[in-house]
Amino acid sequence: MSALALRGPLVAASGCLRVTRTLEDLVDLSTLGAWVTPTVGLAAATGPSGRRLWETGAGLVHPTCLEGPGISGLLAGDVPWMVARKVPVIVSVTAATLGDYAELVRHAGAAPGVVGVELRVAPPGARDLGLVPVSEGFHVGRIVAAVRDGLPPGCSLVVKLPALPDRVVDLARAALDAGADALTLVDAAPAYVIDPATGRPPFGDVAASRLSLSGPALLPLALRCVHEVRVALPDAPVLAGGGVRSGADVAAFLAAGASAVQLGTVLLHDPVAPQRIHAELAPTERTAPSVPTERESP
Amino acid sequence: MRVVHVDAEVLAHKRSGGHHLVTLVAPGVAELHRPGTFAELTLGGPHSDRLTRHAFWILRANPSGTYGGTVELLVSERGPGTRWLVRAGPGTTVPLTGPLGRPVARPKEPVPGPGVALEVGGAATLPLAARLKERGCVVHVLLGARTEARLHGALDLRRAARTVQVVTGDGSVGRRGELAEVLGGVLDQQAPDVVYAAGPVPLLRTAAAEAEARGAWSQLAYAGPMPCGTGHCQGCLVPVVGEDGIARHARACVDGPVFRGDRVRWDEVGR
Ligand SMILES: Cc1cc2nc3c(=O)[nH]c(=O)nc-3n(C[C@H](O)[C@H](O)[C@H](O)COP(=O)(O)OP(=O)(O)OC[C@H]3O[C@@H](n4cnc5c(N)ncnc54)[C@H](O)[C@@H]3O)c2cc1C
Ligand SMILES: Cc1cc2nc3c(=O)[nH]c(=O)nc-3n(C[C@H](O)[C@H](O)[C@H](O)COP(=O)(O)O)c2cc1C
Ligand code: FES
Repeated sequence: MSALALRGPLVAASGCLRVTRTLEDLVDLSTLGAWVTPTVGLAAATGPSGRRLWETGAGLVHPTCLEGPGISGLLAGDVPWMVARKVPVIVSVTAATLGDYAELVRHAGAAPGVVGVELRVAPPGARDLGLVPVSEGFHVGRIVAAVRDGLPPGCSLVVKLPALPDRVVDLARAALDAGADALTLVDAAPAYVIDPATGRPPFGDVAASRLSLSGPALLPLALRCVHEVRVALPDAPVLAGGGVRSGADVAAFLAAGASAVQLGTVLLHDPVAPQRIHAELAPTERTAPSVPTERESP
Repeated sequence: MRVVHVDAEVLAHKRSGGHHLVTLVAPGVAELHRPGTFAELTLGGPHSDRLTRHAFWILRANPSGTYGGTVELLVSERGPGTRWLVRAGPGTTVPLTGPLGRPVARPKEPVPGPGVALEVGGAATLPLAARLKERGCVVHVLLGARTEARLHGALDLRRAARTVQVVTGDGSVGRRGELAEVLGGVLDQQAPDVVYAAGPVPLLRTAAAEAEARGAWSQLAYAGPMPCGTGHCQGCLVPVVGEDGIARHARACVDGPVFRGDRVRWDEVGR
C-alpha cells in the first residue's frame, strides 16, 4: 500500500461539493487536495421531495439522504470530470449488505484517478435507511474485512466514523485492525429539531433518526473525537473535519493530530472557500500532506 | 466565465412603495446578466452565524456605472436576512455570486403570436418584458400584489408591454382579486404562444395548467428557498419529469430557476 495520495491538505467533504457547469468559474480546483464524492450505493436512488435543510445556530440540520446516480452513474459522470481536471478522487460508498460493500469498493477502486474509497459506515439513521448496522467495533471490522481485498494497490481504504466521542476510539481501532488505511473524523452528528410553527421536525415523514448536524456548531465535538483517537492511537492517519470555516480552524485540526482536513458546510456558504482557506494557511501547512497509511507506519 | 463571486458593496437604497431598491457595485455580474438569472447573497454581515444564503432577481444591470458594474435588486423585507439588507448602509460589503441559473428560454426569432407574463411583485417580469420587446415579441403583462404598495414596475412595464393589467388583493389599485382568478380570461383573450410566470407555487401551478389547457408553452420561475444557490446543498430540489420521461429531482438553482411548466410535478412541490 502506498500513502493516500492527496495533493494538498484541504479535501472537499462528501456531499458538499457537486459538479456543476459553473463550478470551475467559482472554485480553484488546484487548491483541493482531493474531492470526496457524494455517498453512493449500488443502484441509483431518489429521496423525499420537500425540505432538506434546516438552519440552526451556526449549524445546518439535514436528513441523511442516499439520493444519487449509484456507483455506475458516478463513475461514468462526475468522477471522470474531476479526474480530467487532475483532482484526486475519493469515492464515498455505503451499502445494505457486506456483499454490496465489496462490489461497490471493487468498482470504485478499479476506476482511473480514484486514489481512495471512503466507507460511510454509520451515517445518522443508518438502520432506518436499511444500511448495514454499525454500533460496535466488530461491525466496522466486518465491513472493512469484506472490502479490503477488492482494492488495487495505490488505492487507499478510508473509514468515515460517527461523531460519538465515547465510541470513536473503539470503532477506529477495529477499522485499522481490519486493514483500513486511514480514518475520516467525523460524519455529521445525530441531531433533532423542532419547527416552532408546527411543533414538529420540519422534514415531513422523514425518520427523526436520520437528522444530523453540520457546520461550525460541530467543530468542538469533531476536535474532541480527533483528540480521543490521537491519544489512544497515536499513529492513526486521520482526515479530520466538522465545522471548518477558516485557515485557523484547519490549523486547529492539524494541531490536534490530523493529517488533512475536510471542508463541508463552508462550501455551501462560501462558494470560493477552497482558495480562500488555502490562502489563509501558513506556508508550512499548505504542502501536500503525507498521509502515511496504517500499514506503512512503523 | 459565466458566473463570478465578488464582495459587492451597497451603493444606494431607495424605497419603492412597500419594497426597497438596493443598488450594489458588483463588477462582472452586470455584464453576464440575462433575464431569469439571479444573484445569491450572504446576508447579515461578517459576524452573522447564518449559513444559508439568499436569492434575488437581478432587476436591472448596468455594466458601465460610474462606480463599476452595478446591479439593482428589488427587496421585500421578510425575515432577518432581508431586514439586514434593507438597512445596510452605503459601503457595506455583501458577498454576492451571480448571475446564477439558466436564463429564460425565449424565442430566437421574432414570433408572430404574443406572450403573456404574470407575476406577483414585479422583479422578474420587468427585465424579461423589455428583452422580449427588443426581440419583436408582443407582451401582455398581468401584475399582482396584496396591495398597491407591494406593486412594482407597472409604469416601466407599460413601455415594454402592449397591455398591463394590475390585480390587487385589497383592490387599492387595478382589479380586486387574485392573479390566478384573472389568468384564464386573459389567456382566452390574447391566445399567447408562451406564458411566463413568477410567484408563489400555487400561482405557478395554475399558470402551468391554464397554459397547457390552451396549448401554450409555459416558462415558470420557481423561487423557493435556495440555501446555497450554487448546486451543492440539494436544498432547492424540484420534482420534475425529465426529457426521457423519468421522474427525478432537479436543482432549481442550476437546472432552473425557470422551468417549463409541463416538466414539473406540481403536486409534489414543497411537500
Ligand atoms: C430565484 C429567487 C429569486 C428571488 N428574488 C427575490 C427578489 O427579487 N426580491 C425579494 O425580495 N425576494 C426574492 N426572493 C426571495 C428571497 O430570497 C427571500 O425572501 C429571502 O431569502 C428571505 O430571507 P430572510 O432572512 O429575510 O427571511 P427568512 O428568515 O429566511 O424567511 C422568513 C420567512 O420567509 C420564508 N421564506 C424564506 N425564504 C423563502 C423563499 N425563498 N420563498 C418563500 N418563502 C421563503 C421562511 O420560511 C420564513 O417563514 C427570491 C428567491 C429565489 C429563490
Ligand atoms: C448537505 C450535506 C450533504 C452531505 N452529504 C454527505 C454524504 O453524501 N456523505 C457523507 O459521508 N457525508 C455527507 N455530509 C456530511 C459532510 O461530509 C461532513 O462530514 C459533515 O457535514 C461535517 O463537516 P462540516 O461541518 O464541515 O459540514 C453532508 C453534509 C451536508 C451539510
Ligand atoms: S440551492 Fe443549494 S443546491 Fe440549489
